[in-house]
Amino acid sequence: MNLSQLGPADTTSYMIAGFAVIFGVMLLYVLSLVVRTRNLEKDLEVLAELDHE
Amino acid sequence: MKSKPRSLKILDAVTLILLLIATLLVFFFAPLEAVMGLVQKVFYFHVAAGWVGMLSFMVAAFAGVAYLRASHRKWDIVGLAAVEIGMVFAFINIVTGSIWARPIWNTWWTWDPRLTTATIMMLIYAAYFMLRSGIEDPDRRARFGAVYTIIGFLSVPLTFFSARLFRTIHPIVIGTNQPGAEGAFDMTGRMLATFLFGLLTFTFIFADLLWHRIRLGRLADTVEQLKMKTME
Repeated sequence: MNLSQLGPADTTSYMIAGFAVIFGVMLLYVLSLVVRTRNLEKDLEVLAELDHE
Repeated sequence: MKSKPRSLKILDAVTLILLLIATLLVFFFAPLEAVMGLVQKVFYFHVAAGWVGMLSFMVAAFAGVAYLRASHRKWDIVGLAAVEIGMVFAFINIVTGSIWARPIWNTWWTWDPRLTTATIMMLIYAAYFMLRSGIEDPDRRARFGAVYTIIGFLSVPLTFFSARLFRTIHPIVIGTNQPGAEGAFDMTGRMLATFLFGLLTFTFIFADLLWHRIRLGRLADTVEQLKMKTME
């Protein structure tokens, strides 16, 4: 960053990268919760069938 | 799994609305910082993510204490859920901090006390998952996990106070900055309002995710118990 500049520094690309990380990671985590829940529900169905037999 | 309770659906909706408003405040209400430019806007969610990380680890430590007192599996599920969420937000905090540092400190990373303690904190909690994966017996796993979250929590105040106790270039929000702090700025009223709203929003995100993750943990527990029963 040039401290002798007159206006704010052009840091737009860093801001975009920052928000991409914030929303991207949160979205990935929510997706992981959904996928893991679905997988466990399938496991539960199979196990319940086995238990029933 | 039981269908989603109405109160959780409401919490989901409120959290999403808050996140939308917080994002709008960051971009359209908070003024542009005079020196740093647009990258300063990352600060609002960077600090909020750090807050959620520390809050999660605190909840995990409380759950650890509760487990040791009551030996009830529900506290193990809460502890695991909180640590997992804490890791996600501590990761966001560290990565966004690094992105902010590149134009402001002219480097992606420096072994500053705050950055170092935050990294150690993350590594400590990463080891929590390794510890759990190495123990098969659920009760033993829960007991070891509970003790670990309580001891691991020592890293949280150390990380929080590191920027106040040690010589650091990391700016702080609450209190007086160190003389060598780089990237510090005076918050205007609008900036402060946006910052506080961001903290509130991320606290809601934490509560919402924790609830969902606890439900997932309960389901995993049921599956594990059924598997053990089937194998017998």
